Amino acid sequence: MKVPRPADLAQALELLGQRRSETPLVPIAGGTDLMVHWPVRPDARTREYVDLAAVGELRGVRWSEEALELGALASYWDVIVDAQANEEFPILVASARQVGAIQIQSRGTWAGNIVNGSPAADGVPVLMACDAVVVLASREGTREVALDRYYTGYREGARRHDELVVAIRIPRIARSLQRFVKVGPRRAQAIAKVGLAVTRSEAGWRVVAASVAPTVRRCRAVERLLEENGMPSAPEDLDPALREDVSPIDDIRSTAEYRARVLGRVLFDAVRDGAERAG
Amino acid sequence: MERIEGIAKLTGAERYVDDLPAEGALWGMTVRSPAPRGRIREVRFDPSVDWSRFVVVDHRDVPGANEVLLIEPDQPVLATDRVRHVHEPVVLLAHPSRDAVRQAARAVEVVVGPEEPYLDFALPPRPAQIQRGDDNVMKRIEVRKGDVEAALARAARIVEGEYRTGAQEHVYIETQGMLAWEDAGVLFIKGSLQCPYYVHKAALRALGRDADAVRIVQAPTGGGFGGKEEYPSMIGLHAALLALKAGRPVKIVYDRGEDMEATTKRHPAIVRHRTGVNADGRLIAQDIDVRMDGGAYVTLSPVVLSRGVIHAAGPYSCDNVRIVGHAVMTNSPPHGAFRGFGAPQTHFANERHMDVVAATVGMDAIEFRRRNMIGDGDSTATGQVIADGVDRAALLGRAVELSGWREKEAAHARLARSDPWIRRGMGVACFHHGAGFTGGGEVMLASRLDVAGLPDGRVEVRSANIEMGQGTLTIFTQIASARLGLDPSMVTIAEADTGRVPNSGPTVASRTAMVVGRLVEEACDELRARLGLGPDVVGDSLTQALVRWHAERPGAELVGEAKYEPPPGVRWDDESYTGDAYAAYGWAAYVAEVEVDLRTYAARVIDFVAVQDVGTVLNPTLARGQVQGGVAQGIGWALMEECRWKDGAMENAELTNYIIPTSDDLPPLRVHFEETPWPGGPLGAKGLGELPIDGPAPAVVNAIARAVGVDPREIPLTPERLMALIEDDRARHARIA
Repeated sequence: MKVPRPADLAQALELLGQRRSETPLVPIAGGTDLMVHWPVRPDARTREYVDLAAVGELRGVRWSEEALELGALASYWDVIVDAQANEEFPILVASARQVGAIQIQSRGTWAGNIVNGSPAADGVPVLMACDAVVVLASREGTREVALDRYYTGYREGARRHDELVVAIRIPRIARSLQRFVKVGPRRAQAIAKVGLAVTRSEAGWRVVAASVAPTVRRCRAVERLLEENGMPSAPEDLDPALREDVSPIDDIRSTAEYRARVLGRVLFDAVRDGAERAG
Repeated sequence: MERIEGIAKLTGAERYVDDLPAEGALWGMTVRSPAPRGRIREVRFDPSVDWSRFVVVDHRDVPGANEVLLIEPDQPVLATDRVRHVHEPVVLLAHPSRDAVRQAARAVEVVVGPEEPYLDFALPPRPAQIQRGDDNVMKRIEVRKGDVEAALARAARIVEGEYRTGAQEHVYIETQGMLAWEDAGVLFIKGSLQCPYYVHKAALRALGRDADAVRIVQAPTGGGFGGKEEYPSMIGLHAALLALKAGRPVKIVYDRGEDMEATTKRHPAIVRHRTGVNADGRLIAQDIDVRMDGGAYVTLSPVVLSRGVIHAAGPYSCDNVRIVGHAVMTNSPPHGAFRGFGAPQTHFANERHMDVVAATVGMDAIEFRRRNMIGDGDSTATGQVIADGVDRAALLGRAVELSGWREKEAAHARLARSDPWIRRGMGVACFHHGAGFTGGGEVMLASRLDVAGLPDGRVEVRSANIEMGQGTLTIFTQIASARLGLDPSMVTIAEADTGRVPNSGPTVASRTAMVVGRLVEEACDELRARLGLGPDVVGDSLTQALVRWHAERPGAELVGEAKYEPPPGVRWDDESYTGDAYAAYGWAAYVAEVEVDLRTYAARVIDFVAVQDVGTVLNPTLARGQVQGGVAQGIGWALMEECRWKDGAMENAELTNYIIPTSDDLPPLRVHFEETPWPGGPLGAKGLGELPIDGPAPAVVNAIARAVGVDPREIPLTPERLMALIEDDRARHARIA
């Protein structure tokens, strides 16, 4: 098997663009999803890949006046060690530290987490709760999609086969609350049974849940409830809105009932904490 | 003393079977049954593959009896015309490329005409599910002492309970692997294993060879926990069959997924208790029923059941005991040896039940245990009189004291009033574990061990007992060095190669240090006697005598031999299941402190005290490590390790979804030893390896029960199960209110 390794973005986009949608090249950055399952997923061998590791333009964590921009090759570790990120986006650091172990944190990328499209992703909920925008590039040019509109279905997103996620842009605004909660089957190196990211700013509440729907899901009904009714007095008060927003299922990792109940409780706890801070 | 192979393991210099160079070797792979039960109609080889490039082996290539010989000859090396569990081996393939053989295995389809499988051992089998006798029972055991029914009739209280434990995967770091080759008419099978002579015996039978035409060699082994007791015979025979047909070496190393799907697990169990207590809170009757899922073939299930049954009444004194055990044949992959060997299941039931009984009769859980603890002069369920001088009530007292039980309980009560989400609780378990084979097992094994005096003055211990991380090399070196007054550098341990070492028995059953270690001492004595020296000759004088002996007899071998003799007075009757079930027992009291988060229903162990008496501690570092490892494995079994079964196959056969604890999931593991020397063991030592996995699960679950006021009866007690208990309980209270 040969994997092309383009030296710059133009070459990478050219390689992607030459393919038809039935036989796309699959871009890989950290390779942390692919390599773990390589021996046991025969279909992984029938695909073709393009390795982005040498595309220098995609590296790094960049700060501008208005936004934090994560290049497509920015890893969890890049954010963990970034002093400004620790100051301003503790929610990103908190989620990065919950991804796998240090080996995965240092190879896995935020952009890969978005494109992989797992509903149990750890990186996506916090980005979504910070109003992140996905920057997509192709031979034709560049377009931007708000992350909360990126997903179209289970492991399906807005990226066309000839496009590459080149950056993730996160607006720098004052947030009075940033809270990430991961409920896994153990305290580290686990896949979320329930994930939750909550922020609050002048733009309002942002509530994003993972592992409770076919995609990471922004919970707009819960956000409305919080804006309109203020603080709930019990976890059960959130249930009707949550039922509109999420649709947990039974699977190998947990049950629908557990996910629904626990999401309500950790959400209640997080927003009450936020209300206390704001009040 | 430093661990002998520690640096090699630490630096990566140690070579496991996957690392062994093998000139011209092929990679082997196994094609397995897709169905839990049925007739093999056809084996289809995808015509698009050029099969002439592969070595292909099926049951017709087995030269001897198609049996993996162990207790019963019912398990085939390769299925002939029927399969009895998913992942049963049917066809073997080999090829120079590991990737090619992996792909090819997917291009072979085993077509099975399905028959109705028996998958839920909790239910009696329907007629169409009967596959053995008239009830699928592969082994029944009954232990009787006194008159249980009469005692129950006069009991002040009778307390009943049913307890369930799940299968558990060993998760040894190194998966199963074997390399086989033939050299000058001798077949070599080398790999990751606990029992070289088990593989040897199985190979002679299935390959139809003479004893000296097969040599089994242990490669450095990355953990076993019992999982490499019986299965290495299977994978070793597979590698051998491929190597013999190919005329080249063949290596088989399982991927993690294959290892988890196809190899053994801890037996799932259901244990029912009916307990009579008199007005003083003393046990007067224990009526216990033990049912275990043996899986599709007999393998080791009868002896696992036996150990489980014998330990089922716990470390208590009771005059009237009846324990009935059944191991049931199902269509699961065979369940097998796993650290504890049946005892963790019955101890979980008994120790959880002790809390239930104490609560029912309104007694403190600690006081109830103390009052019923077996004392010297009392007898066990099999009528074995305990007289080893261990103060078992003191072990309990010490564990309670070290844990800070009383102060912590008060603090937990305050926390429950102030915190909306966090609850904490304390739990205890008292238990014991018999060291060595059960009943007459050690006599039947008749273990032999040699200590050779080498021409350069060193001595070599030749045993079939292996190092798998637990410390055999270090312990044997220590024992020989102490016995002969030699520096440890003057002691060497022979590779476990059946061509070079006598059969000192399997490396299982907490027997290596205690039983085989004693043989090391005896063989050392015998070596000294052969030199014509008295027991007071040690150290340099001994070394010089050795060198002199060899100088006078060039080329001659000087070997001290030892053969197992049971300790005086030990007797066992297998017919009535009475007598001395084990020569010695380790005793323990463990205390767990847990925290339950009512937001996530997750329980976490936040402190753990393990107090035990296993006689003299030979090596404090290794012993502490054994206890900490066993406790970690026990906490995993109690809280998170769950084999999920679907149509007879393990659904979560990957480490992403079979959850074992990380270091962050574990509390400080505080280990304390009381040391009452046991005269039958080397330097006064008893067995240790298995004891620590018997107690954590009940201690942890008892603590959770106290923390949140529920009554769990099943493990693993996952957050999902705990949620159901808490919420059902809350709903019930709401209805009553």
